[in-house]
Amino acid sequence: NNRVSLFRLLTVYPWTQRYFASLGDLSSPAAIMGNPKVATHGKVVMGALEKGVKNLDDIKSTYAALSEMHSDKFHVDPDNFKLLTESLTICVAMKLGPSVFTADAQDAWSKFLAVVVSAFCEQSR
Amino acid sequence: MSLTAKDKSIVKAFWGKVSSKADDIGAEAFGRMLTVYPQTKTYFASWSDLSPGSAAVKKHGKTIMGGIAEAVAHIDDLTGGLASLSELHAFKLRVDPANFKILAHNLIVVLALFFHGDFTPEVHMAVDKFFQNVAWALSEKYR
Repeated sequence: NNRVSLFRLLTVYPWTQRYFASLGDLSSPAAIMGNPKVATHGKVVMGALEKGVKNLDDIKSTYAALSEMHSDKFHVDPDNFKLLTESLTICVAMKLGPSVFTADAQDAWSKFLAVVVSAFCEQSR
Repeated sequence: MSLTAKDKSIVKAFWGKVSSKADDIGAEAFGRMLTVYPQTKTYFASWSDLSPGSAAVKKHGKTIMGGIAEAVAHIDDLTGGLASLSELHAFKLRVDPANFKILAHNLIVVLALFFHGDFTPEVHMAVDKFFQNVAWALSEKYR
């Protein structure tokens, strides 16, 4: 799970690679999939997401520092957050299957991600 | 982001795999869209039963997939092939084109759910681009 969402983001929306120069070889889908730094970074991303799940009542302050980092340090175009949530949703759906990832589950999950994205955009302006 | 020859062949091959389940895909995607993005219900305000799995939702899911099949068949000329559907959406249905993206998202979720072995990132990208181009062709007649 750690690796596949980030792999999907970098493959399906290749312009997002601009933010990951430090990850090394992203020159092909095979390169991205085999790249250990992508796996490590995927784990970082999923760890951060888990923090949000554990602090559902206060997502905004959970991500305050990360929001600042992504806007002031990494200069990530906020539209890219939606691309990551799209990739995450597809990977989660594929992992869980239709009997677990029901319409209601999709609804709750997509709302959760929208709140996370909103928290990340908090510092952008 | 126009479709390359490779994109088109990926889409056609994938459609070949999924088209037998088109009705189910359409019903599921349409139902999910109405649940997860309830603002889309405004276009169906006159319908009595918008619950997922209802006869009306299933029927409309089938209609939508008919449109997708048309698009696949006209993948080399989406604007021409979807001209009358564009007119329908522009002048009669007056669906805001932003909603095409929402439906596309739900179609992609359902395709990933039902065909997770085949929905590789390469297929995902080609299908995503295809839906974007279909949306563009459907918006053609709006103004």
